[in-house]
Amino acid sequence: MQSIEKWINEINSNDRLVEKGRWINLTFTFGIGQNDYLFEIIEGKVISTTKRTVLTRSGTFKIQGERNAWEKHWLITPPRDYHDIFAMLAKKLIIIDGNLTPFMQNLQYFKDLISSNRQSKN
Amino acid sequence: MKKSSIEFEDIIGRYLNISVADENYRIYVEEAGKGIPLLCLHTAGSDGRQFRHILNDKEITKNYRVIAFDLPWHGKSNPPEGYELKDYKLTTSLYKQIIMSFCDNYKLRDPVIMGCSMGGRVVLHLALEHSNYFKAVIALEGSDKLEPYYDLDWLYRPDIHGGLIQAAFVSSQIAPQSPDKFRHETLWHYMQGGPGIFKGDLHFYWHDGDFDDRSALIDTSKCPVYLLSGEYDCSCTPERTLATASRIKGAKATIIPGIGHFPMSENPELFQSYIYPILDEILK
Repeated sequence: MQSIEKWINEINSNDRLVEKGRWINLTFTFGIGQNDYLFEIIEGKVISTTKRTVLTRSGTFKIQGERNAWEKHWLITPPRDYHDIFAMLAKKLIIIDGNLTPFMQNLQYFKDLISSNRQSKN
Repeated sequence: MKKSSIEFEDIIGRYLNISVADENYRIYVEEAGKGIPLLCLHTAGSDGRQFRHILNDKEITKNYRVIAFDLPWHGKSNPPEGYELKDYKLTTSLYKQIIMSFCDNYKLRDPVIMGCSMGGRVVLHLALEHSNYFKAVIALEGSDKLEPYYDLDWLYRPDIHGGLIQAAFVSSQIAPQSPDKFRHETLWHYMQGGPGIFKGDLHFYWHDGDFDDRSALIDTSKCPVYLLSGEYDCSCTPERTLATASRIKGAKATIIPGIGHFPMSENPELFQSYIYPILDEILK
């Protein structure tokens, strides 16, 4: 698992991903175990990530999983059930909650954003 | 300008008209090869292009006449007249009638039928009800029952692009090892589906087509049943396939490592090593 900073750099330096997300302007919550992070996205770029410290701050929707589950998702070749967030959802390895409309409207973008923390083959 | 000969693929495509339950359907069908008819049924929300590698595989077409048609509402097959008046919803009865009507119109004798996903479900129904007609059935990513894990309404609503969400949903069912070019070709078919068609197909696959209460009645001595499923299929999981096989006495099930829900289109080369032995066994 890379640092959050390195992950954000992977996202923002991926021109195709940013282009696909150019209509997205929102903040979503990404949970790793007990820790929540607020990802603020403007026109497909992540402009800030903030550790959520108060429950009165939340994102439009939330995606949460245990650290161990995300670590498997981010392996170069993830094992079955961990290879895609919808596969993880089917196995109840993650939880998705909140207003899911913008998430579904941009589903592949959010899948790619999350999986871009995958360990590089290089 | 340099002249060069045209290198056509072996596949021939054409149309036929069939009637089912007082409706006329214009059906697009592709075929290649000669020998035992091998009728191929595509997955929910896609079309017969998924089988292009089978249709172009000379190792298969030297012994099999491979046939893949687009279900009505899919690919180049039209919906029936008046389709605009109601939402599409595939039922078990309609699905079976379309397939049997196609077989009748196409004058197929002793065909092998191979379906993937919802096609893998319906071939089990056919193995029970038409065991004297089909030489064998091959269920790819087939099971007699599934448990839904998402809300189908997301697939058909005006504020979400149907093609994009269909592709994004099923991308979870492709193995990470599958070559990118075939992954994206498989997804492209989903991006081209008509509005609400994938959702309508899943009515059969997730609800109407449950078959676990009757699958044990299949007589594999009359109609052999083969089940092939991918390790990475999170829809028809290996466990669901094996559970189905355990209910069908004599069924032969194999789990393919490193492949997902679309074995014939997402990784055709890997799929060859699993489908060849089955087709060879049927030939004998």
